[in-house]
Amino acid sequence: MNSMNRVLGGPATAYFPADIAAERQGLGEPVKPLSAAQDTALGLDGISLSFGGVVALDNIDLAVRRGEIRAIIGPNGAGKSSLINIISGVYRPDRGRITIGADRFTSVPTQKLARLGIARTFQNLALFKGLSVIDNVISGRAYKVRSTFLAQVLGLSGSRREEADARGRAARILEFLNLNHVSNRLAGTLPYGLQKRVELARALVAEPAILLLDEPMAGMTASEKAEMAEFILAANREYNTTIVLIEHDIGVVMELSDRIAVLDYGRKIADGTPEEIRADQGVIDAYLGVAAENIDGGGI
Amino acid sequence: MTVATFEASAPFHIPRWLAPFVVLSFAYIAVPFIGTNYLFEAILLPFLALSLAGVGLNILTGYAGQVSLGSAAFLAVGAFAAYNFNLRIEGLPLIGSIILSGFVAAAIGIVFGLPSLRLKGFYLAVSTLAAQFFVQWALTKFSWFSNDSASGVIDAPSLSIAGIAFNGAVGRYIFSLTIVSLLTFFAYRLVSSQTGRNFIAVRDNETAARIIGVPVLKTKLIAFAISSFIIGVAGVLWAFTYLRTVEPAGFNLDRSFQILFIIILGGLASIRGAFFGAALLVVSPLILSRLGSFLFGDLFNSGVLDMSQRIVLGALIILFLILEPDGLVSLWDRIRKRSVARLNKRKHVGRAAQPTQ
Ligand SMILES: Nc1ncnc2c1ncn2[C@@H]1O[C@H](COP(=O)(O)OP(=O)(O)OP(=O)(O)O)[C@@H](O)[C@H]1O
Ligand SMILES: [Mg+2]
Repeated sequence: MNSMNRVLGGPATAYFPADIAAERQGLGEPVKPLSAAQDTALGLDGISLSFGGVVALDNIDLAVRRGEIRAIIGPNGAGKSSLINIISGVYRPDRGRITIGADRFTSVPTQKLARLGIARTFQNLALFKGLSVIDNVISGRAYKVRSTFLAQVLGLSGSRREEADARGRAARILEFLNLNHVSNRLAGTLPYGLQKRVELARALVAEPAILLLDEPMAGMTASEKAEMAEFILAANREYNTTIVLIEHDIGVVMELSDRIAVLDYGRKIADGTPEEIRADQGVIDAYLGVAAENIDGGGI
Repeated sequence: MTVATFEASAPFHIPRWLAPFVVLSFAYIAVPFIGTNYLFEAILLPFLALSLAGVGLNILTGYAGQVSLGSAAFLAVGAFAAYNFNLRIEGLPLIGSIILSGFVAAAIGIVFGLPSLRLKGFYLAVSTLAAQFFVQWALTKFSWFSNDSASGVIDAPSLSIAGIAFNGAVGRYIFSLTIVSLLTFFAYRLVSSQTGRNFIAVRDNETAARIIGVPVLKTKLIAFAISSFIIGVAGVLWAFTYLRTVEPAGFNLDRSFQILFIIILGGLASIRGAFFGAALLVVSPLILSRLGSFLFGDLFNSGVLDMSQRIVLGALIILFLILEPDGLVSLWDRIRKRSVARLNKRKHVGRAAQPTQ
């Protein structure tokens, strides 16, 4: 983690407008809580999910503390994406409960997700290919829109203010993520690595309390990965955004995360700090043993 | 030096309002003087009505991604609703009948849009056929809609707004042009608004759209309502300014396909595309019939013409889907970009050739 601190500095400060930072501090959120149940931003209790005969998740408990970077790792098919899909309401669990802030759900209402303070990215790109990069990012503010289509067409002042506000925020995020040179390109025409970054921008512009990232660095070059890691850390530090991170690159995961949960065949086989996970014999047998030779995740 | 010259000469750039401004000025000022009766009656009036229908369908299918085969139903609803409002409500001005008919079409559009909340793509397209068959059936079955006329035929009322009559070919053209321009401007504003972005978001990735807080169901129904409103008004124009006498059978599935072809050929998710597509669909049969009778004389009768039109249209669509899937509008944009680039280059070369002080 320490080596990552160095690279932060510059861009992060320009990214978050002072008023938002103040607003967040006004909420009285501790910067990095250490324990206690009420500091849980997100909780899963006994979540199970199966597809036909395939058990994707088996009785999973997971607690994510406010402000932490929580990694979920595990081999292919372990159920990591399924877990994020359950948190975002894309899948409905067979059993178990999901706690988001003060609300408990048996299945999360997707259309309310943004208002619950959750944003996410997808393992397989889910950009709006027919929109420009900036319009993709602006659409990340969709949950804030109050004006009717008629007010928008007529250009009434309320809708104009909304539009200007969203555009301004989107432009700042693009600047922070070094994407402003492509802001008018159609999202679908960008190279893969940049599209991944636009997806992060679209999620960040919503100012989520919790950000779910499903393999944000998959298929990236080493330098793209390092850059992405910076952005994730910056979002965590400056916004105090709680982050759930799925990533195959063990090096990155160890560096970034506060705590790591390890899944294997739909079961949670370990949960703890990077040091604890590194030393866990069960994890080494199931996962890290292989990963040691594939530290970049190429073989997993 | 070369670099300095490049920066000094501002690149040749066309402002966005210029093209519509030029086209509209030409359409309002020049066309009424130079146009012949044939041009208005056989080309411009159907072109305007079909273009507007294309704009309406493009909002639903091109932007919001909801395929519909029921366009002709909404044309019919518009035409028959305006006819009845005009006939039955004493003192309602014509423009009032037209606006109300748009709302009737929008309401029916919402009803037939409800399946879109559960169905997608091919299945949705098939469900919109319900609108197509139901409306045609209702208009034929209940003669009240056509004021008990034989076989459901209705005649257009005299067109006048604020005491000014628009009954001649030029008058009907100006009338139609004005309504088409206003609604097209509305559509343009809509698709560049947040709601327009929501349309595309729902089309490109419904799950992601829902997750970021786009109200997916509402967005789809808004698309159905606005699209049907515009197509309904296009139906009024079709009946009142172009044909003047219509019957339910004229709004059959063929017509729905015609409008779908307009937006495919012109360009999906493009307002201009609807106009390009409509122009092609209106003009190509005329050219074909001229060409046919020129080449084959009397052998080229109306039966052969009809068949050859279908074949040519079919071939065109296959050709476009393979070679130019983004339609005429993208072809046009490429040509324009290339000529602008050439202009800039010539300008640059011209400047560079001049001696420096
Ligand atoms: N929509 C679905 N339909 C059927 N089976 C599914 C579906 N989604 C996931 N699965 C199955 O559930 C299991 C867990 O899949 P999941 O995508 O959650 O794994 P993962 O840990 O994200 O893997 P990867 O590292 O490859 O992304 C797999 O066996 C997968 O085939
Ligand atoms: Mg996955």
